[in-house]
Amino acid sequence: MAADKVDPIHQFHIHTLVPIHIGGYDFSFTNYALFMVIVVVIAGGGLYWACVSRSVVPGRAQSVAEILYEFSASMLRDSAGAEGMRFFPFILTLFMFTLVANLIGMFPYFPTVTSQIVVTVALALLVFFMVLIAGLMRHGLHFFKLFVPSGIPIVVLPLVVAIEIISFLTRPVSHSVRLFANMLAGHITIKVFAGFVFSLGTLGALGVAGAILPMIMVIGLTALEILIAALQAYVFAMLACIYINDAIHPGH
Amino acid sequence: MAGSDGPGETGKTGTGKAFPHSAENLELDRRLRQLDRKLAEQRKEQQTRERPARSSNASGYAAAVRLSSEFVAGIIVGAGIGWIIDRFAGTSPWGLIVFLLLGFCAGVLNILRSSGMMPERKLSGKPDDAKKDGQ
Repeated sequence: MAADKVDPIHQFHIHTLVPIHIGGYDFSFTNYALFMVIVVVIAGGGLYWACVSRSVVPGRAQSVAEILYEFSASMLRDSAGAEGMRFFPFILTLFMFTLVANLIGMFPYFPTVTSQIVVTVALALLVFFMVLIAGLMRHGLHFFKLFVPSGIPIVVLPLVVAIEIISFLTRPVSHSVRLFANMLAGHITIKVFAGFVFSLGTLGALGVAGAILPMIMVIGLTALEILIAALQAYVFAMLACIYINDAIHPGH
Repeated sequence: MAGSDGPGETGKTGTGKAFPHSAENLELDRRLRQLDRKLAEQRKEQQTRERPARSSNASGYAAAVRLSSEFVAGIIVGAGIGWIIDRFAGTSPWGLIVFLLLGFCAGVLNILRSSGMMPERKLSGKPDDAKKDGQ
């Protein structure tokens, strides 16, 4: 029990809630799946609930919803232009999902879905393939000229093209790892410092006095983590916008 | 542009002394407009400067995670491609070696791009794009 509490990795354990097995594959409904559903419900239902009154002078909830809407709209318009606005539903969904998932993870005992690399990789691959398909639909095979920079001597061209292709393929990796690593590292750090508080607290009066220092650290880190949670959701959506911009006007 | 406006402005203040009120107003208007123009220019410059680094301005920690993930991603993808090629073409270990090195290059390229030390990739071939490249 005691070792359980100090173990900083314990929070990332996946428990099966409803075991589902189809054709030898494990499709079980886990605690993380449950929280993904909760995130979707809170993000979607929250926005719907906030805007259901549709007043001209927005109330508190409606202003928050409008700020989120306008924030992601201007983020997409700034980086991908007016043409990129057709991807706006996707970007708003992506931003709301990551934002709500990151912030829900800040509650004690709630799992952070974005701290599982499976989730972030799935999101990043979705962005990657969407960019690829949108680029191919718009520019046809011309899109692959993205990998052939102009003004390169023919001798080193194959090398440069290979490097450019690898660099393009690294996008989903770095895109997903960035969100995943930030969430994982932040939550582990908080748990480690909270573990110090717990272990020092069992050492008697002197230990309790000493436990104040990591306690202050935990409070500071929690504030920092809330900032990072919002920031990383923004960065994730922002990168998706930049990639979409590459797909729709690669020359820009 | 601002340099050419300067002397003209001082000349006007000299001649406009006969009608102090209107001349002063005109002068103020002119200076206001000039200030507006300068502000607009500066704002535009600031925006263009901020745009590539927008995701990096948060903190050093964010920049560290960003750059290291870009670099590590390059190496991982390069090694992965090399390993797959080796597995299917039976060229072990040459595919892994070559693509690991290429992945290293791609990682460095990613870092240079995301830190804004290199221009983003551009689509060549279209004449109007080539013009944009030149600008």
